[in-house]
Amino acid sequence: MRYSAWQILKNGLTGQKGWKPVWRSPAPRPEYDVIIIGGGGHGLATAYYLAKNHGITNVAVLEKGYLGGGNVGRNTTIVRANYHIDGNTEFYSHALKLWEGMEQDFNYNAMMSQRGVINLAHSDGQMDFYARRGNAIRMQGDDAELLGREEVRAAYPYLDHDNARFPIYGGLLQRRGGTARHDAVAWGYARGADLRGVDLIQNCEVTGFQIDNGRVKGVETTRGTIRAGKIGMAVAGRSSQVGQMAGLRLPIESHVLQAFVTEGLKPILPGVVTFGMGHFYISQSDKGGLVFGGDLDFYNSYAARGNLPMLEHVCEAGMALMPMIGKARMLRSWGGIMDMSMDGSPIIDKTPVDGLFFNGGWCYGGFKATPASGWCFAHLIATGTPSPHATKLLMNRFETGHVLDEEGTGAQPNRH
Amino acid sequence: MRLTCPHCGERDAREFTYLGSAKLLDRPAGDTGAEAFHEYLHIRENPAGPNAELWQHVMGCSAWLHVVRDTRTHVVESVSLASGVAR
Repeated sequence: MRYSAWQILKNGLTGQKGWKPVWRSPAPRPEYDVIIIGGGGHGLATAYYLAKNHGITNVAVLEKGYLGGGNVGRNTTIVRANYHIDGNTEFYSHALKLWEGMEQDFNYNAMMSQRGVINLAHSDGQMDFYARRGNAIRMQGDDAELLGREEVRAAYPYLDHDNARFPIYGGLLQRRGGTARHDAVAWGYARGADLRGVDLIQNCEVTGFQIDNGRVKGVETTRGTIRAGKIGMAVAGRSSQVGQMAGLRLPIESHVLQAFVTEGLKPILPGVVTFGMGHFYISQSDKGGLVFGGDLDFYNSYAARGNLPMLEHVCEAGMALMPMIGKARMLRSWGGIMDMSMDGSPIIDKTPVDGLFFNGGWCYGGFKATPASGWCFAHLIATGTPSPHATKLLMNRFETGHVLDEEGTGAQPNRH
Repeated sequence: MRLTCPHCGERDAREFTYLGSAKLLDRPAGDTGAEAFHEYLHIRENPAGPNAELWQHVMGCSAWLHVVRDTRTHVVESVSLASGVAR
């Protein structure tokens, strides 16, 4: 069924009886042309673009839990394309363009809201840096505006503009950035892939690879052996474990990143705001809850939960930026397992095993990358060559020295 | 999370900073070649389970510590001085 205003009206008048399950639940077949491991945002987007852009529909997505149950459900839903080094700028630029047309493309409401993302500056030096970053973003063809004190004050009256330690000098605004409904992104791609014939197989954990003479032949799963000549891994957070089964040695550590949401409040924040003097970012969901997060907990973790010192640190930064949030009650917190790469940038590339392709190392940037990650990974799997939007996200860049280190912190995953 | 420093006793994790995998203790000799340094600097086992790692007691005695900690549960299994770890 195609979703439309007419369908909503019709079902509204007929007791909502016309809605059907959005995707099938097929049993795995013994063989496919392509297997995607991981039914999160990136895996589902990859399957969708394999079918839509490349006509490859004999595809299975294998998910060990339920669709969208990993990091696509554990983020702060922010979409932006404000990177500043080659390799990342063109990739995230392509992602933002896909975000803008996604809902019409897959006919599903992902609640994409281009409410703007502003990075605040608190010193002259930081204003200079944002001018430079804004120029890099505009050179790429995306939008960036440097705002002065009064413009920021008018748009965001509730911030502590005259804070003694961190006064707000201005900010870099990207109006096309914003937020999207994270689960709906996964569901939209899942439905789009299913409609094109892709089998979405849940509760199916990969337990091993079949590799013959350096060539991948299939996977062992909790639901039996499934063969395929091409296999793509999109399991960020667990890349090291799945990769290890295929003998991959990866430049990745897994870390926990926490995020938090308050009770619903009246509208106070029109867009996404990032604090420039501490790692803190905040937006207001459509339900009214303030959604915010900060830094990693700094140590390796697969626990999908963090510790209290980082909660305290994040709240301190929030209070410095926006003292009024001290009155809000926090409802929930959650932790996602981040694939932290050694330069803070992702990897979409072939592996030393023929027919096995790797997508991971997304660090903090996985959600905003979802559409372009799927688009470029599908291109790589279908054609064997990197997409023109992702020519530098290569596995061997650490050996060759062509690292993409936005933060300039070196091979220290917990500092990116 | 709390770590038991061999010098200072059991202390809150906030007194410590984290560097990373304890494999950083095994720095290759200068003439070993680029491949060995790539392996040392970039490649990580990243286990889901006991992980050997380096912490420093910066808000205490400043000692570098070799800690074995389970990455699934955050349970600390052992803490010893990094200087005493056999290489």
